[in-house]
Amino acid sequence: MKITDEMIDYIGVLARMKITGEEREASKAELSKIIDYMDVLNELDTDGIEAMSHAFPVKNVFREDVIKPSVDREEIILNAANKKDGCFKVPKAVE
Amino acid sequence: MDLCQMTALELGKKIQAKEISVAEATKAALDTIEQRDSEYNCYITVCKEEALKRAEEVQKGIDEGKLTSPLAGVPAAVKDNLCVKGMNTSCASKMLDGFKPIYTSKAVQNLMDAGMVLLGKTNMDEFAMGSTSETSKFGAVKNPWDSNRVPGGSSGGSAAAVSAEEAFYTLGSDTGGSIRQPASYCGITGLKPTYGTVSRYGLIAYASSLDQIGPLGKNVEDVAEVYKAIAGHDPKDSTSVKQAAPQFTLKDNVKGLRIGIPLDFIGEGTEPDVKAKIYEAAKILEGMGATIEEFHMSELKYAIPAYYIIACAEASSNLSRYDGIKYGYCADKYDDLTDLYFQSRTQGFGTEVKRRIMIGAFVLSSGYYDAYYKKALQVKALMKKAYDNAFAKYDVLLTPTAPTTAPEIGKSLSDPLKMYLSDICTVSVNLAGLPGLVVPCGFDSQGLPIGLQLIGNAFAEETLLNTGYAFQCNTSFHKQRPNFKTGKEA
Repeated sequence: MKITDEMIDYIGVLARMKITGEEREASKAELSKIIDYMDVLNELDTDGIEAMSHAFPVKNVFREDVIKPSVDREEIILNAANKKDGCFKVPKAVE
Repeated sequence: MDLCQMTALELGKKIQAKEISVAEATKAALDTIEQRDSEYNCYITVCKEEALKRAEEVQKGIDEGKLTSPLAGVPAAVKDNLCVKGMNTSCASKMLDGFKPIYTSKAVQNLMDAGMVLLGKTNMDEFAMGSTSETSKFGAVKNPWDSNRVPGGSSGGSAAAVSAEEAFYTLGSDTGGSIRQPASYCGITGLKPTYGTVSRYGLIAYASSLDQIGPLGKNVEDVAEVYKAIAGHDPKDSTSVKQAAPQFTLKDNVKGLRIGIPLDFIGEGTEPDVKAKIYEAAKILEGMGATIEEFHMSELKYAIPAYYIIACAEASSNLSRYDGIKYGYCADKYDDLTDLYFQSRTQGFGTEVKRRIMIGAFVLSSGYYDAYYKKALQVKALMKKAYDNAFAKYDVLLTPTAPTTAPEIGKSLSDPLKMYLSDICTVSVNLAGLPGLVVPCGFDSQGLPIGLQLIGNAFAEETLLNTGYAFQCNTSFHKQRPNFKTGKEA
């Protein structure tokens, strides 16, 4: 499958990444090649085979709803680049 | 014998017997790192002061009879995608450079409880995405057997550190072969446990349904001991299997063991030396009383595309958490909130990580989801069935770990598809959630190590480790050491 400029733009929006310049041309060529290779799966008849997310049966895990102390607020924002008054600081998102 | 040449258990025994102090062992390991790591680049972070302080604490625990584990006081290192509270944990990425976790991963905590002295964090491919340990922000790791070659990846630093005697054992993580392939390239022993056996709590996620933490060491005995220390149920990982921590003693006995060789693992791309040594290893095990039989697993050719579709899909989802806000790299300049995401992610991630996120976003996008992602999950089911059929007939499967020995540095990254194809022997094991053990089984004509992969049925680590142990009791490949270079001389 040929990966077009439109597709790269769309993938970029989905992944929140700007793919520009040399990286863009290289990505188009490489992704086309990799996706072509993945098409080998079409050889295989998988009708009626259930998709398997986990190799072993995994069931939802419940626990008692007990109130326990969580992480300190100061610790949670420790690694944030921008913070103010004990909160994460971000550019204005709502007018 | 130089202290650092000892196995973890040999050292642990001498520490318990008070023949060697924990401080002596720690200083010896730090000295070796000082001498050799400027050449091999196994470490991203070395915690000298913390390690020396910790050595005193652990010594006190041993002297008071509180720390009785055979691993107590043994200096070790962990891959830089394992969170350790307050210690830089970068995943070898600009995105997490300087990130200090606020909690410690369960596997590391278990080892701390057993008395580990943590030397530092080992180098790796960025976000564990790679087969060569060349995509690290902190530079490529070099193979101690030949500094012009890669150590494998993504746990290349963890493997090279054991091989270069810069740690007595290490932890790595394995999503598609990232413990086993570097263990093979570096001539050491490595175990990828059954999915769900070791808690992933505190392991920075790449592909959550495939990721598993495991040990790397000088021999099976060391690896088995570390495995026993890190395995066990953890309520903080909802995929962690409810089972008691493993307890067993290794046995040098493979009489009657049924070993199968799936021929599809030894394809056209397999180097003749690799093939020859794998068959010689099979002969050795046969001579020890195991039965060997060849069979076909035709599904294997679909394992690589299925693996990369699933792994990249999960990566694109997992790595969406890096937004430049909560933690990690934040761009200096941006127009608004959306632009902050775009700029931080575009500048923070390296080429291979971006490539996998893009593949993942593509295969999950509407219009392509059924053709790629759902199809890959169906192939995963077929792969699991193929292994179930194999384990109805055999106790252990025997294969190469990789088609070749370690490639030269700088030769792999230019052709990503070719690099993906080199994972042919390892990825299917992750799709099926099975345990895989790698033990050294010889050298190629250039003197580079070759690793034998033994694949076990789910939760059959004991059988697998016994097989590897018996092999090492009757061979000496695991005792061979490289001729070391010191960075200072070079």
